Amino acid sequence: MGFLDIANVTKSYGNVEVLHKVDISVAEGEFLVLVGPSGCGKSTLLNMIAGLEGITSGEIAIKGRAMNGVHPSKRNIAMVFQSYALYPNMTVGQNITFGLEMHGTPKPEREAAMKKVAAMLQIDKLLDRKPGQLSGGQRQRVAMGRALVRNPDVFLFDEPLSNLDAKLRVDMRTEIKKLHQSLKTTIVYVTHDQIEAMTLSTRIAVMNKGYVQQLGTPKEIYDTPANIFVATFMGSPAMNIVPARVVMQDGAPHAEVRDASGGVQRLRFSQQNLAGWQGREIALGIRPEAITDPEGADRKSGNIQTLTNLVGVTEPAGSDTFVTMALSGKDVIGRMRADAAVVAGQTFEFAVNMEKAVAFDPATEERIAP
Amino acid sequence: MSAATPGNAVSTGRFTRVLIYVTLLIFALFYLLPLAVMLLNSVKPLSEITGGNMMALPKVWTIKPWLEAWSTAQIGVQPTGLRPYFINSIEIVVPAVVISTVLGALNGYVLTKWRFRGAQVLFGLMLFSCFIPFQIVLIPMARVLGLLGLAGTVPGLILVHVVYGIGFTTLYFRNYYAAFPTELVRAAQIDGAGFFRIFWRILLPLSGPIIVVSVIWQFTNIWNDFLFGSSFAGQASQPITVALNNLVQSSTGVKAYNVHFAGAIYAALPTLVVYIVSGRFFVRGLMAGSVKG
Repeated sequence: MGFLDIANVTKSYGNVEVLHKVDISVAEGEFLVLVGPSGCGKSTLLNMIAGLEGITSGEIAIKGRAMNGVHPSKRNIAMVFQSYALYPNMTVGQNITFGLEMHGTPKPEREAAMKKVAAMLQIDKLLDRKPGQLSGGQRQRVAMGRALVRNPDVFLFDEPLSNLDAKLRVDMRTEIKKLHQSLKTTIVYVTHDQIEAMTLSTRIAVMNKGYVQQLGTPKEIYDTPANIFVATFMGSPAMNIVPARVVMQDGAPHAEVRDASGGVQRLRFSQQNLAGWQGREIALGIRPEAITDPEGADRKSGNIQTLTNLVGVTEPAGSDTFVTMALSGKDVIGRMRADAAVVAGQTFEFAVNMEKAVAFDPATEERIAP
Repeated sequence: MSAATPGNAVSTGRFTRVLIYVTLLIFALFYLLPLAVMLLNSVKPLSEITGGNMMALPKVWTIKPWLEAWSTAQIGVQPTGLRPYFINSIEIVVPAVVISTVLGALNGYVLTKWRFRGAQVLFGLMLFSCFIPFQIVLIPMARVLGLLGLAGTVPGLILVHVVYGIGFTTLYFRNYYAAFPTELVRAAQIDGAGFFRIFWRILLPLSGPIIVVSVIWQFTNIWNDFLFGSSFAGQASQPITVALNNLVQSSTGVKAYNVHFAGAIYAALPTLVVYIVSGRFFVRGLMAGSVKG
């Protein structure tokens, strides 16, 4: 039993079930990120943990205590909203202490708690201002201060960074991570941004259409996605999925793909167990960073395969150069070193790190190997 | 070089500008004319009105008509002046405005932030009450007041005006709160505030403009009401509008026009004051719902 248990939880609006049997157990101090496209049910699940939405069936428990039907204020949780939801009529200080006031904490204690949190978040100079006079980043800090001051069992974050500009978002992301490392609190964090999910979490639940597609550490999700949805949702640019045929050559399974000119090329699998798939079609998943120029290939990898193909488009991004090519009729993106000598319209020898390749069943879209 | 501002967005010639202002001035004077006539004639002795020009300035200035209209003029059978009826009106209007505004605010709060099955239909029905002509409800209302034992009393009139006002005040507050972020209410819920605490501490402090709209609307409507006042009020609870009618309609002897004018101004004064004091908030409040701030 974990610290926060979500057991067989479903949510229906009328006859429409929007969350199907969600089962997640969160340990104390964990940073769980719920990630998925809009409409996948992640915010609904968060609101159910908060008590802002009812639970149709199943149980949510915090510290072993069932929370079904318990009022939000009695769950000892705190939430940071996407729009920050600061009370516009109150000063920053009043915003931070409102929750304590509602819970009947005496004034001297409230003041002390507020001072501590304000110092931690570096908003002590803003305490007398109204939210309208603050910048986006400052409001974000105040919203976190309001959550922190309550010293809750579980923090809930509902897309807290999506209203910030790109640079501030990266800064605040680091700060949330620092905060989690120093406070060791349990956090459930909703986002649609897979980079936030990867960088912040200790575990990720990837959701789609009301189902948890995969629950695991960022590395598990990234390296061994449960299905094609997870594979393409996590990572930017997305994982390349190309049709391939499994053929045996020299006693080892190979993925047979067609290059831009229609020629057949074979890429040898490594440890991937493809027993039973010989001669059959699979969907081969290769991350862009596993397709490189030969000099940029991972030296630790035990299985770099060579793929000669026509370069379609090159996109220099400063730190890397992205190359698009056609493979088995699909556009495939590879990531070269910034000054790799790739020229659009010419053939190039790419290095494919097949240790990182993933095979999916094209019919069910589930992962076969590794 | 000057930047484009609303003031110079359309450049107009001097002549056009003068023409516009002259036209506006003429219209302003035209609309001020009735008030001017009333004011002028209320400070003249009666002889100057009957014997002279309505528009002329008084030769002899007097405040006697004002005093008379206030405390000694014949209203119906009693020579009481308008004073007791003015007080009646205040006793009716103030509670009716406060109660209908508070109920409207609560309704708006529930209809937007505590949605329940059928909320939309209920709001539609309440909105419908704004379109019911007063005359239709006269008889049923008289019956209800009789059953409640409130016929002919000030509380009875308060009830009538509250019932009729709720539709409007609910409409105002619902539309205002619809644009109000629901996340604020949720945040307050998590912070531990209950239904009334959220209303009192979060919503009401941010409702200034719409409260002003509701108060002005309700105040003018109830103060100016004649039909309900004349239908449901007893001798002792008549509002000033009814008393003014009685003052003017009393046909014993000479018609004291100067006293009538003074009385009419008394009857119109409170609404004028409310408009002047809070008129600019009125427009701001009406706009608030439509344009997201």
